[in-house]
Amino acid sequence: MADRYIEPDSPELRARWGNFIWTAENAEKAKDVVSRYPEGRQRSAVMPLLDLAQRQVGAELNTQGWLPIPVMEYIAAYLDMPVIRVVEVASFYTMYNIAPIGRFHVQVCGTTPCMLRGSDDLLETCKSRGMKKGHISDDGMWSFTEVECMGNCASAPMVQINDDNYEDLTSDRLNAVLDALVRGETPKAGTQDPARHTVEPVGEPTNLAAMTTSNHDYRSEW
Amino acid sequence: MPKVKVDGVEIDVPNGATVLQACELAGKEIPRFCYHERLSIAGNCRMCLVEVKPGPPKPQASCALPATEGQEIRTDSEMVKKAREGVMEFLLINHPLDCPICDQGGECDLQDQSVAYGRGASRYDENKRAVTEKYMGPLIKTQMTRCIHCTRCVRFSEEIAGVDEIGALYRGENMQITTYLEHAAKHEMSANVIDLCPVGALTSRPYAFEARPWELKKTLGIDVSDATGANIRIDARGREVLRVLPRNNDDVNEEWISDKARYMVDGLTKRRLDKPFLRRDGKLVAVSWNEAFAAIATLNPGNSIAAVAGDMVDCETMFAAKKLVGALGSTLIEGRQTEMDYATGNLAAVNFNSTFSGIETADAILIAGSNVRWEAPLLNVRLRKAVKRGAKVFLVGPEWETTFGGQFLGEDLSVLGNLPQNVVDALSNAKRPAVILGGAALGRGGLEAGLALAGQFNLVRDLEDGTKWNGFNVLHMAASRMGGLMLGYAQKGGIADLVAAKPKVLIALGADEVDFTQFAGSMIVYIGHHGDKGAHAADVILPASAYTEKAGTYVNTEGRVQWADKGVFAPGDAREDWTILRALADAFGVSVGFDSFDQLRNAMIAEVPALGSEGLADYGSVLPNGGGSAAGQIAYPIKDFYMTNPIARASAVMQRCSAELLHGEDLAEAAE
Repeated sequence: MADRYIEPDSPELRARWGNFIWTAENAEKAKDVVSRYPEGRQRSAVMPLLDLAQRQVGAELNTQGWLPIPVMEYIAAYLDMPVIRVVEVASFYTMYNIAPIGRFHVQVCGTTPCMLRGSDDLLETCKSRGMKKGHISDDGMWSFTEVECMGNCASAPMVQINDDNYEDLTSDRLNAVLDALVRGETPKAGTQDPARHTVEPVGEPTNLAAMTTSNHDYRSEW
Repeated sequence: MPKVKVDGVEIDVPNGATVLQACELAGKEIPRFCYHERLSIAGNCRMCLVEVKPGPPKPQASCALPATEGQEIRTDSEMVKKAREGVMEFLLINHPLDCPICDQGGECDLQDQSVAYGRGASRYDENKRAVTEKYMGPLIKTQMTRCIHCTRCVRFSEEIAGVDEIGALYRGENMQITTYLEHAAKHEMSANVIDLCPVGALTSRPYAFEARPWELKKTLGIDVSDATGANIRIDARGREVLRVLPRNNDDVNEEWISDKARYMVDGLTKRRLDKPFLRRDGKLVAVSWNEAFAAIATLNPGNSIAAVAGDMVDCETMFAAKKLVGALGSTLIEGRQTEMDYATGNLAAVNFNSTFSGIETADAILIAGSNVRWEAPLLNVRLRKAVKRGAKVFLVGPEWETTFGGQFLGEDLSVLGNLPQNVVDALSNAKRPAVILGGAALGRGGLEAGLALAGQFNLVRDLEDGTKWNGFNVLHMAASRMGGLMLGYAQKGGIADLVAAKPKVLIALGADEVDFTQFAGSMIVYIGHHGDKGAHAADVILPASAYTEKAGTYVNTEGRVQWADKGVFAPGDAREDWTILRALADAFGVSVGFDSFDQLRNAMIAEVPALGSEGLADYGSVLPNGGGSAAGQIAYPIKDFYMTNPIARASAVMQRCSAELLHGEDLAEAAE
């Protein structure tokens, strides 16, 4: 997430996004989101609306979507709040892309548990496919970021691609996922280990094994 | 009233006080960066850590912790000392060590507190963070690498100024303070963030690299750029005023001043009248004082003399001129330079009776004919506070961008006689109703209509808690107005009476807004400091002192008498105004009864005793009955906030503000 900067305002950006408005479907959704908050507190809806706008931009560009300055201004006007407050929120949360993004945003977790389980291999795999940290690949397919813990340590190492997590990865399994995405398929999210359904223990439980059958009291054994 | 123990001393603190305030009450100094008395509590600098029992066994941020019964607070323990050293070390990790080239040096909170509470040396040997340059307009110079993220500037613009233009982008170490898309901060109070900034991240652009604070001679003064009478400190080196800073005065300006008050001072060195001039064959020719007075002595006006006072003159000058005109047998003196001719028999009817701190407590306010943001930015801050407390505000006049909402009722004065029902309801149900009449609403029957509203809504009343409330207010724009009215600078017909009298000699005391073509037959003796409109029309120019160059008494629009001291000497041959008027008396061969400033001031106080005591003058609370009907389109007199007086018009900084902030000109920045 280092070196995240807002895409500078430019006449081209204004020309491309200056007339952004909700699609009919999203207009309904936006109305619904705003109605969840009390009268006069409509600016609380800024986060869901930024997400909605990002998705709409994404749908238009066939990417994960991002938030150009004119779109943020549109949201500010929609919620009747100062633009700077919208930009503050968008620039704070890494969930919002504030610069153009590729078709798939590959976020590889590099925090300790994932690193111990082999995230370095995953980073290498991504690099070998032409991805570069903080950049969009030449074919516009991939944006690549190394991120900190995503909370999937029990099935490390993991990668988040757009809205889905892919876990229990190895270099081969990651390649398989990426290949599937290139083919336009939607690979199954979650663990990629065929032996696992979710984050249950691999093989026999090694911890608290006696509790699998009954409520065993370990306290006397401490 | 909770009882707490601070460093072993038990004290009572008010309900709702924080631990930090409790420590201050006990006389303990708590270092802080983000906490500021007039802003909301942020609690993000962590410098104010103290040890509090009962509570978790760790230091706590005292600014955000309420003081409760039985707390034991320690500000002198080993834990607190270590915590402060730690916080300071972290703050300094990313703070550049550029104090020698930083304008905040010598008055920097970070510098002072690191000396007092820091550990003396850093253990950090990595690279420091650097932040790209930000543009914040012609007044605020930024060096954001120095920013410690206290967010005082963000809170000021949101809470006090009411214009959300500064924000904090990104997060953590990468957080950056900026205006939206680096637009210039467009607010008439924007430069106050420079005072608020505890480090050198936001400094004054016009004052950049001019001086160190210890080189400056500090003089207590009163601002004359509007009628609020903000308390200022004049910082001068040698004969030049380098900057003006606000002084704390909760009754008047709290601790803010407008950008005009702060930055018009560079105009004090430009376009100055530093020699006497005489008009010979249609051209102004520089002469010596002796020649000037010799020429004046030949005028022989008899009693055909009049005086008109400008917007920025002090009471002493006006009094001296009144005495001079009086000694010659004339009573023609006037201070309202434009065609205003409201009745001044009862000064309570033309005074800001609620006072600035009082208007904060009003619960329904009707403003007529005043663009408050431009006419009295400091009052605008108070109105915003009132609205935050729940006051309803209604405005009559062309729409302007308020910072507090409010409902515009129409652009014609006739609205005053025909208020919509919801306004009538709000004012009659209010406990503390107030009406504010601006300069644009005083003429054409507006003042009488306002007074009629005062009667209708019973604006002068005794409140339930026994205090008195006077909700009738007139907001003037000239610093000299109330003082002038107290000294009798008002004719029944306004300046038209002077025109009708066709005086042989007209003394213009820094009067630059008068239409001098009306006085085509008069000798115009201009006593002032800037070569502006008045000097252009003058036949004799006698160079005088600006507000920083003379001691004087000023009365603000509340009727508050305040004294200013002399900061610097006037340039060239210019003299203090009263000495010029005294010498004029000799030239005319009359006696005015004073030979020194003290004699002059004593004579003035003897005539108008209220000018002898600092504070609110008592005009009584009886308002004359209004009535009649007002009508006419309202047009605000100020067309350009940054260009309202000769000093500001001469100021390069104000000219740039006007061009860039009001007229949208794009001024290219020289590459730095």
